Amino acid sequence: MQKIGVFVCWCGSNIAATVDVKAVAQALKNEAGVVFSTDYQYMCSENGQAMIRQAIKEHQLTGIVVCSCSPRMHEATFRKTAVSAGLNPYMVEIANIREQCSWIHKDIAEGTEKAIVLARAAVAKLHKNAPLTAGTSPVTKRALVIGGGIAGIQTALDVADAGFEVDIVEKSPTIGGRMAQLDKTFPTLDCSACILTPKMVEAAQHEKINIISYAELESLSGFVGNFTATIRKKARFIDEDKCSGCGVCTEKCPSRKGLDEFNMKLNKRGAVYIPFAQAIPNVAVIDAEQCLHFRTGKCGLCQKNCSAGAIDFEQKDQLIERKYGAIVVATGFKPIDASAFNEYAYNDSPDVVTSLEFERIMNAAGPTKGQLIRPSDLKHPHEIVVIQCVGSRCTEDKEKGKPYCSKICCMYTAKHAMLVREKYPDVKVHVFYIDARTPGKNFDEFYRRAVEQYDVDYIKGMVGKVAVEGDKLHVQGSDLLNGEQVHINADMVVLATAIEPDPTARSLGTMLTASMDTNDFFTEAHPKLRPVESPPAGIFLSGVAQGPKDIPETVAQAGAAAAKVIGLLCKNELTCNACVAQTNEAICNGCSQCEKVCPYGAITYEDKEIRSPEFRGIRRIATVNEAICQGCGACTVTCPSGAMDLKGFTNSQIMSEVDAICR
Amino acid sequence: MSMNQEWTPKIVAFCCNWCSYAGADLAGSGRMNYPANVKIIRIPCSCRLNPMFVLRAFQRGADGVILCGCHPGDCHYSTGNYYARRRMTVLFSLLDYMGIERGRTRVEWVSAAEGAKFAATMNDFVKTITELGENKKLGDLRCKK
Amino acid sequence: MQEMIINRLRELLADGEYAGVIGWAQGETPFDRTPNLFNAEGLDQLRYDSFCGSNLSKYLVQQASKTEKKIIALLKPCDCYSFNQLCTEHRIDRNKVYVIGVGCKGKIDVEKIRKAGIKGITGITEDGDLLKIETMYGEKEISRKDVLLEKCLACKGKEHKCADEVLGESEETCSGDKYAAVRRLEAMTAEERFEFWRGELSKCIRCNACRNVCPACSCIKCVFDNPNSGVQNKAAADDFEESLFHIIRAYHVAGRCTDCGECSRVCPQGIPLHLLNRRIIQDVNELYGDYQAGESIGQRHPLTDFTLEDEEPSVIDTRGGGK
Repeated sequence: MQKIGVFVCWCGSNIAATVDVKAVAQALKNEAGVVFSTDYQYMCSENGQAMIRQAIKEHQLTGIVVCSCSPRMHEATFRKTAVSAGLNPYMVEIANIREQCSWIHKDIAEGTEKAIVLARAAVAKLHKNAPLTAGTSPVTKRALVIGGGIAGIQTALDVADAGFEVDIVEKSPTIGGRMAQLDKTFPTLDCSACILTPKMVEAAQHEKINIISYAELESLSGFVGNFTATIRKKARFIDEDKCSGCGVCTEKCPSRKGLDEFNMKLNKRGAVYIPFAQAIPNVAVIDAEQCLHFRTGKCGLCQKNCSAGAIDFEQKDQLIERKYGAIVVATGFKPIDASAFNEYAYNDSPDVVTSLEFERIMNAAGPTKGQLIRPSDLKHPHEIVVIQCVGSRCTEDKEKGKPYCSKICCMYTAKHAMLVREKYPDVKVHVFYIDARTPGKNFDEFYRRAVEQYDVDYIKGMVGKVAVEGDKLHVQGSDLLNGEQVHINADMVVLATAIEPDPTARSLGTMLTASMDTNDFFTEAHPKLRPVESPPAGIFLSGVAQGPKDIPETVAQAGAAAAKVIGLLCKNELTCNACVAQTNEAICNGCSQCEKVCPYGAITYEDKEIRSPEFRGIRRIATVNEAICQGCGACTVTCPSGAMDLKGFTNSQIMSEVDAICR
Repeated sequence: MSMNQEWTPKIVAFCCNWCSYAGADLAGSGRMNYPANVKIIRIPCSCRLNPMFVLRAFQRGADGVILCGCHPGDCHYSTGNYYARRRMTVLFSLLDYMGIERGRTRVEWVSAAEGAKFAATMNDFVKTITELGENKKLGDLRCKK
Repeated sequence: MQEMIINRLRELLADGEYAGVIGWAQGETPFDRTPNLFNAEGLDQLRYDSFCGSNLSKYLVQQASKTEKKIIALLKPCDCYSFNQLCTEHRIDRNKVYVIGVGCKGKIDVEKIRKAGIKGITGITEDGDLLKIETMYGEKEISRKDVLLEKCLACKGKEHKCADEVLGESEETCSGDKYAAVRRLEAMTAEERFEFWRGELSKCIRCNACRNVCPACSCIKCVFDNPNSGVQNKAAADDFEESLFHIIRAYHVAGRCTDCGECSRVCPQGIPLHLLNRRIIQDVNELYGDYQAGESIGQRHPLTDFTLEDEEPSVIDTRGGGK
């Protein structure tokens, strides 16, 4: 039997004006288990707390009920008071007789009666309380960043600068990501490589950063602070330690059929290649599908010519197992496949290109060495049409396009138009757009410069069809502002294609038990207040993996994710939530229903030896990982036998409150 | 309650800790009124509401039971209220099928900013229950003195 | 049919690979077939005929975990759903059971024959669609399809959804709209529905037959038996106690109930308990898309799932049915 003390607060006149606090204290004396009951002007004051402490000691109370303001206000205060008098903090219950009673009701009799009922409910609940202790778990002080684009690089740098080890796992042979493919960046028009490559170098040279390129996460187990990752490092058939990146092998390679991924497959590359000049690691990679040695067993020219002896045809995939405290998802995006948009003749003419292809064409290190020429006949174009929102804001056909706004296309289109007009004033640029969305610092100014200074022809409306007519592209669209059909005979058409999460995101999300939206973007733990965290603790989000964003936003979010990672890794151990779910092993059926509704993946199943009156032997039992459980209670209602219960809000606690209120 | 006193309904309101309980607090801070026969039980999330609690309340003499939680999409635990929504739909539908007055159970999404909505919801719910009268179908008659 | 099954089982049991067979044996009364575990010697006692209505899948929860060896189970098409559901819930290890799908053309409800006014039954023989019934008062005839078990009228089809091999032919016996009874109730006023259910449920004697036979009610310990649950089984002191039990029972099996109809079949008081479950099934199908529990192993049932666009609970106010 509990020995309960009840403390009724006046809160000055806030409570006392509409609740007869003395009557409440008096009435509660008659409740079973209540051995002490009193009232005081301000329970939260030092004097009030001293009174509670003294009563706990004097009457050897096992629990206290404070009838006061909302628990959201002072539950923590009174828990501390209890602790300082030697009570367990979870042996405190608050009856909210201010916000939910005295402030709501005007009639004293009514208010007093309700306050008594609320206090009784708190006493009834307290009878079923048990002391709770929050568990702790250690923290592995190392972070894993998945994806080596600007988001991953920035997060890794920030975390490493704080003194923690970081591994970057990048699936392609080099880090750099999409930003490395860009020519210039808006709204400043500075060269993308010029601002990115120093960061890549910094990451490579950072003593705390370990770049695992050409590798993917194979599996992940564990939980916040204690993840174990298995990383598959794909065979690149080059010894990374020996290769100096001299590039001789890439010149000697006789195969020229591979498509250059870095240049959006606009040109060919050898079977052994370095993705681009500033690649990090600056190490070649062999494309086994194209390599004559792998296809025919002959050749081996690269091996003969490598003075470092770095070519290793026998190399195998390697599995690396490491422990991490935190995981950052920075898997980025890819442009959607434009081939679904045949109305724009993307499949019919090489002169219809996507924006990222156009970016490569405009880039000095690109397939045309930066010259603006048409892919079909290498002629200089005179009239270019850009079509915006290709696949973005597409609600009618979900197979083809995306319902969301890709956010960056308006700005990069203005950039493309401006760059073309700057370099080639003879080229006319028309842009078909639905809306020009340019929120962002100096963004609208940038867009207006395109229109006003560079005389880019913005046409509000969509393009209905692009038809190949001789060496021209007949563009037929509507001009909504002038209410007319527009016909343009263009030399090139640029499709501002939507962006979508990297195709690896979905399987990664499943592996991490991180939730995703229907578009495969990772969902944040809270859309406003926890924007860089994924619901499972210890998983963080950086960059476009979470939703479309431009470079400044990506970098800012990457820094924010890093701050969260640092906040986690600087702890030696994590204190878990004390109010977590718990299995009664004697009656757990092991039916797996609770696992299905757990948003955090906190429940797993183990075969355990059970000795209970109902069952003896080995049985499958649900186990809650206290470090992951957040205490929502979804599992408890799914459990038909009631084996799963939530500490602090147990079935019997809530039922006792119900009974006390309905008494 | 003695028989000669005027009958007033007993209402149990289950409120999730993060949105609706805070909304109820806000109703208080704003000094909004709703009848004193509404008593709130704090649960961590709307998904913590076991149908057993609802039936228990009725069995012990409640005349109406309402569940308040975060708006869909705003759940503190991301998905809790979606499960609660399905569970309560199925439960309420079954009670309806068994001839229990539809109005006795309700789910309302109340955010932490919606103090006024909380008060208005409670006023409306109490009105509905008062019109429906005493819960005779679901109660353990021993509990009604 | 019975011969064919016994012969096949003799073959299977010959080399000791299997621990035994879960099948039906003669029960206490002439038309009662009771679940039994057979070994090779006892196979003579195995019965398979039109009275083997009971669903054997639940017995596998205990039996399959007892031995290291595999066990053979005889399952009718409808029993397969329960079997799959139990596998989904990890109550049965699929690898430890060899399922023989046995053909079924609907099972006979002897109670229905008696209700049709035929008393003193001493023997029943089948002649196609006609049943010849020997009674103490002479021979009578009745159409087979008029006396099928209630659950056969909601037959889910002749396919065995989990069989390792199938013996015999099956026929679908579904009699049209299985929700007809649910709809009839829905069409009543709330008062009429309440009276109907109070009338039915007050007959309940809490014998727990429904719970014991139900393949979804497979809890190690039922909440109603657990002193710590707060709703422990008590003497029915008020008229809500039974309703509470049956509402919670229906809710606990929601999404998991395969509509096997065993609850109603075994109820000694004749309460149409399946109409509670069937209403939930109807709701779930209408609101969350068609779902058949036990269709396959590994399904996620609708109450452990959601979509962002789910209807609000207030949808009930606007759906059909009497108010």
